[in-house]
Amino acid sequence: MSNVLVFLQTLDNLVLKASLSALTAAKEIAKQTGGELFGVVCGESDEALSYGCKKVFFVPTPEKYFYSSYEQAILSAVAASAATIVVGASTSTGKDLFPRVAAKLEAGQASEVLDVLPGLVFKRPMYAGDIIAEVEIVSDKKVISVRASAFAAAEKTGTVSEKVSLAAVSDSGGEVVGYEIAKAERPELGDAEVVVSGGRALGSKENFESVMFPLADSLGAAVGASRAAVDSGYAPNDWQVGQTGKVVAPKLYISVGISGAIQHLAGMKDSKTIVAINKDPEAPIFEVADYGLVADLFTAVPEFIQAIKKL
Amino acid sequence: MKILVAVKRVPDYQVKVKVKPDGSGVDTEKWIVNPFDEIAVEEALKIKEAGLASEVVVVSIGSAQAEQQLRYAMAMGADSSILVTTDNWIDSDLASKVLAEIYKKGEYGLIIMGKQSIDSDSSQTGQLLSTRLGIPQGCFASKVEIKDGSAFVTREVDGGLETVKLPIPCVITTDLRLNQPRYAPLPGIMKAKKKPLEIIPFDSLGIPYEPKVKVKKMELPKKRTAGRKVGSVEELVKALKEEAKVL
Repeated sequence: MSNVLVFLQTLDNLVLKASLSALTAAKEIAKQTGGELFGVVCGESDEALSYGCKKVFFVPTPEKYFYSSYEQAILSAVAASAATIVVGASTSTGKDLFPRVAAKLEAGQASEVLDVLPGLVFKRPMYAGDIIAEVEIVSDKKVISVRASAFAAAEKTGTVSEKVSLAAVSDSGGEVVGYEIAKAERPELGDAEVVVSGGRALGSKENFESVMFPLADSLGAAVGASRAAVDSGYAPNDWQVGQTGKVVAPKLYISVGISGAIQHLAGMKDSKTIVAINKDPEAPIFEVADYGLVADLFTAVPEFIQAIKKL
Repeated sequence: MKILVAVKRVPDYQVKVKVKPDGSGVDTEKWIVNPFDEIAVEEALKIKEAGLASEVVVVSIGSAQAEQQLRYAMAMGADSSILVTTDNWIDSDLASKVLAEIYKKGEYGLIIMGKQSIDSDSSQTGQLLSTRLGIPQGCFASKVEIKDGSAFVTREVDGGLETVKLPIPCVITTDLRLNQPRYAPLPGIMKAKKKPLEIIPFDSLGIPYEPKVKVKKMELPKKRTAGRKVGSVEELVKALKEEAKVL
């Protein structure tokens, strides 16, 4: 009868879609344990009351994220709900925060969970998704961070959860001295529904930008790059898709001029539909692509953009 | 100030890992320093070279063969190393307990490590360690500056970057974009053979072997089958719209 507490991360008082996916996982876990489902919000969000949690705890926190106040907020909600399982999305905040909660609760944590199997066995990727492991948390208390793309977002239930306000918390142990929220022109690589990635075949930074940016914008996509393109200076480091970069799983992944080294494939092969455009018919990328086009990217991509615009 | 850098021996990402027939683990022939930890070594060396640290100590937990990875880190320039030996599976929680013990044995100002290892991909150890030691953390660092007894860490947050000021001692975990690690130079490789390596058996640390997370089974993901080649852009767009329904 273990109670489950889900961390509902918010932005501008709205629950992140990633947290709604975590809520779906949390509901499955609560179903298995037979316990109650509770939510916790740092700040305010009326919307958080709409998803069927028995109670939602609200904890006033400082405006800018720092782990220490959020950690206290979750721990006080754990105490108030008597939850032994804490669930949340593997966002940057979640990744920073959940291991701290785990250490404080002496809980084991399963990261980036893809599926909840009977008997509270969790599927999660290892080796950048080259391996799928089934893991068990043997400690009584458990922390589960969820890969959002693996679960559908929870729907509103038509009910209103009981709202409980807990004491405000403040930060200690460090301070935020700079904050720069990127005025993103394009979606974030990690949670974009469409990703277009360019490789070494683009030949230069100028070509990368003049070919890939219009392609991305025609699809509302995030821009990624292969390690080779990053190493050659065509694209910044944080755009790298691959085992040592970002692991993405969008609905549509279009690779342009990428040969498909193992380490790149590890970062994108869970995408729903993969398109590869490459001049070399033998490129390994074609082995994972749903649709392969053997063509010169400099003519194929502009043609593709024109065709998209006509849809 | 001394810097402790944690490095993990992991399978080379250039070589495809194979699951053992009984699903209990993986087989691999080629091992490397976890790439994120290599970035941690580089950052520690840069801090030392800027005159802000006196010594860089690297630590690893694992089999005796992890000496190779420690030697590599020393070839890059680390001064000495510690290997906590065990043949057992170590989860992030146990790793954080071991690192906490090692930290307490020295007078370290910074502990730097990768934000995750590329084998278990949990991204927990740095945060667990910071919590256990009660010292601040700066995770997923893309920039580190040491100034006036504090570490200024620019780090990834949802939707952007944040810079935090953390009093030293603190734990820093490295993102890919923090730096480009140097190659170990040939003279460095020769020198590394003679640098000190202290072996500490896991059992001598007095930490009960109680992993909190157990891997029951490993398997290959459903293999993706190659789709088909399309003859033209027009055909591609049609397939994406009508078959895949993604446009």
